[in-house]
Amino acid sequence: MTHPMRPLIFVALIAGALNASELRLALHSEPKTLDPLVFADESAEAIRYLTEGVLIRINRLTQQSDPELAVSWKVSDNGKRVTFQLRKGVHYPDGATFTSKDVVETFHTLFDPALHSPVADTFQTEKGTVTITAQGDYVVVADFPAPPTAFERLFDQVAIVSCLAKHRPAPGLGPFLIGERVAGSHIVLKRNPVYWKHQPDGQSLPRLDAIRLEFQQNRDLELARFQRGELDLIDTLTPDLYDRLAKDAPGRAFDAGPTTDAEFLWFNMAPQSPVASYKKSWFQSQTFRRAISEAIQRADLSRVAYRGHASPSAGLVSPANKQWFNGKLSPDAFHPEEAAKRLTEAGFKLQATVLSDATGHPVEFSIITNAGSTVRERMGAMIQQDLAKLGIKINLVTLEFPSLIERITRTLDYEMCLLGLVNIDIDPNGLMNVLLSSAANHPWNPSQKTPATAWEAEIDRLMLAQAASGDASARKKNFDRVQEILREQSPMVFLVHPNSLSAISPGLPGAKPSPFFPHTFWDAEHFTLAGKSAAGK
Amino acid sequence: MKPARLVAIVFLTFVGISALVPRLWTPDSYETQLREAPDAPPSARFPLGTDALGRDRMARLLYGTRVSLTLAPAAALLSCIVAALVGGLAGLAGGWTERIVLAGLDLFMSLPWLFLLLTVRATLPLNVSALASLSITFALLGLLSWPASARVVRAAIHGLRDSDFMLQARASGVTPWRLIWRQLIPNVMPVLLAQFWIAVPVFILAEATLGMLGLGVSEPLPSWGSLLRELEGGNLRSQPWMAAPAVLLAAVVGCFQLILPREDYSI
Repeated sequence: MTHPMRPLIFVALIAGALNASELRLALHSEPKTLDPLVFADESAEAIRYLTEGVLIRINRLTQQSDPELAVSWKVSDNGKRVTFQLRKGVHYPDGATFTSKDVVETFHTLFDPALHSPVADTFQTEKGTVTITAQGDYVVVADFPAPPTAFERLFDQVAIVSCLAKHRPAPGLGPFLIGERVAGSHIVLKRNPVYWKHQPDGQSLPRLDAIRLEFQQNRDLELARFQRGELDLIDTLTPDLYDRLAKDAPGRAFDAGPTTDAEFLWFNMAPQSPVASYKKSWFQSQTFRRAISEAIQRADLSRVAYRGHASPSAGLVSPANKQWFNGKLSPDAFHPEEAAKRLTEAGFKLQATVLSDATGHPVEFSIITNAGSTVRERMGAMIQQDLAKLGIKINLVTLEFPSLIERITRTLDYEMCLLGLVNIDIDPNGLMNVLLSSAANHPWNPSQKTPATAWEAEIDRLMLAQAASGDASARKKNFDRVQEILREQSPMVFLVHPNSLSAISPGLPGAKPSPFFPHTFWDAEHFTLAGKSAAGK
Repeated sequence: MKPARLVAIVFLTFVGISALVPRLWTPDSYETQLREAPDAPPSARFPLGTDALGRDRMARLLYGTRVSLTLAPAAALLSCIVAALVGGLAGLAGGWTERIVLAGLDLFMSLPWLFLLLTVRATLPLNVSALASLSITFALLGLLSWPASARVVRAAIHGLRDSDFMLQARASGVTPWRLIWRQLIPNVMPVLLAQFWIAVPVFILAEATLGMLGLGVSEPLPSWGSLLRELEGGNLRSQPWMAAPAVLLAAVVGCFQLILPREDYSI
């Protein structure tokens, strides 16, 4: 028998659903884990950002440190101790009160070697790791073995989980909670009803009722759905799709300027690699490396491959990183004549259209890059043509990612590689695992027992010195010199810094795109969807 | 000769000559980048416009036609020959041999051939020319794609083996080799040709898919597969000329079907 009120209930439910203020966007992959202490990919990081609370938040627009769960902090003991005053009256969604016990327990869990957390590694130094202790319910002390630099960024990435939680992820202190999760389809984040943050007028945050994160790998489909109004945001657009959107719907596509990402080539200079010895001698020659760098038209790479949405690069540090970029450096100018002169002086000979070395070997080598990246394939083809003018033959090889990683990290069976680094840490310490000669990720010659060259030893010394120093100007001086050495020696040929391209629906008037991740929803708690009610009011 | 067949022959001849002598239509090379004119619309100099790097689309289409129309049919032929041999053996022998071959076919078809291709590509030397790399890709496609066709061939021969005319031929004392040459092959040829014409566009599209995994044609050499890949990020509404490779592929495959009518399959 039909209940007489059923039609009315149905209409009320539909009306409620239509009024619900739900933000919709896509993630390009399903997160491997939702454990906020072990996030390992960009999708998991996005969810952690929206659902977890941290002691300090780096404002993605101003790059300043904003107090979050810590209302203030004080540095003492010659910079080795940071004392955090915690926020009172904050509750987890299960009713538990946030105290210093949660902070201490979080770090205890994070530093457990069995967890294998990449976040924990960032707190490790040569002299040991940080010790976190509670002094009462609302004071936490972090003791570092040496004065930390940019410690605010370290704490921006640590989600403070409840010490009473029996499993992770548990409802956290962020503006949203994980609601529904359908494998292979989507995750719905619900509004945290006890979120501690309020608007200046006292109204509670977040304003949105929910965020629906759909797993959508295909970026064309993502754009089509955005244009149909099924998605409200696209956090990262490719240059092609940006141009298409800017043409079809001007005002919805945003270029927030250069990111900290960098695209570059590097030479395989590892002595133990199976590369032919005569090619190794080319790659180990500074003259040869400089000639390659000067023969590439970076302006064309930016204008053609990136459709104008990138800027030529002078080094690993982007001009977007205003604090650490060495302003004295400018991108290598396009000088094919100068490059040819350098090569002639080094004993290379151009006969007809083929360049040969002093022993008669024609200069031909391969550049590997990852398959599926249209922009990198375009850059590779352009570099191929630029170097052909010097008589150098390039074989461009695209490999699926696991094969590429296998070659550049384990077998070292490659000659040159075209790749990039994304979301590069603003602080130089975040580049230790790339620039130190002993690092496994040192691109051109990884895991060296002792530096192979004097200039690598100098980079090691300068990087360690800046890491140990509490003096900002001394650090800057040391890191500037590191950037200059990289430029002079050119083991990596820096190409471009891509821009941050995103799409925002007109229904989100308050969204402010940033060059730093997450580009569009970094202040999602303040978002209001035009034309939809908000439960928080 | 039927008019449609005549038109198809003329069209294919036209395409073949254009692919062999692209300079008839364009002075530009498929690899020359005119970086001041990327994504240019069709013009007198560039009848199909330019691609994202400013390369002449017409030149790339004609060179790509030459590459794909040589390698894809070669791979399809290789696949059909292996399928005919294995399927023919199973169909003719029958009994345990047939069962063992069929089990082997099932096993082969269950292999994740995409991963096999990726593994093979990962072990290839890096310094091979683009054309050599593409030839290897098509050869691998041909060598890995025959089992489905072999099953079809086996089924056809299985049916023919016990047919009345075969029985009569055997009763008349026809030798086994003559039986195969004069009776079986002519009757199974339509099946093989159908498999061949199905395989050609499949291989062209497979090469496009493999390109996304790093196994297809490498820059700067064009192929129909790599040209079709450009459709993925393109906007056909504003750049309809980008559909030219797809239109040409459909037209060429259609014309091949027209010039090889069923009644002419016998040899």
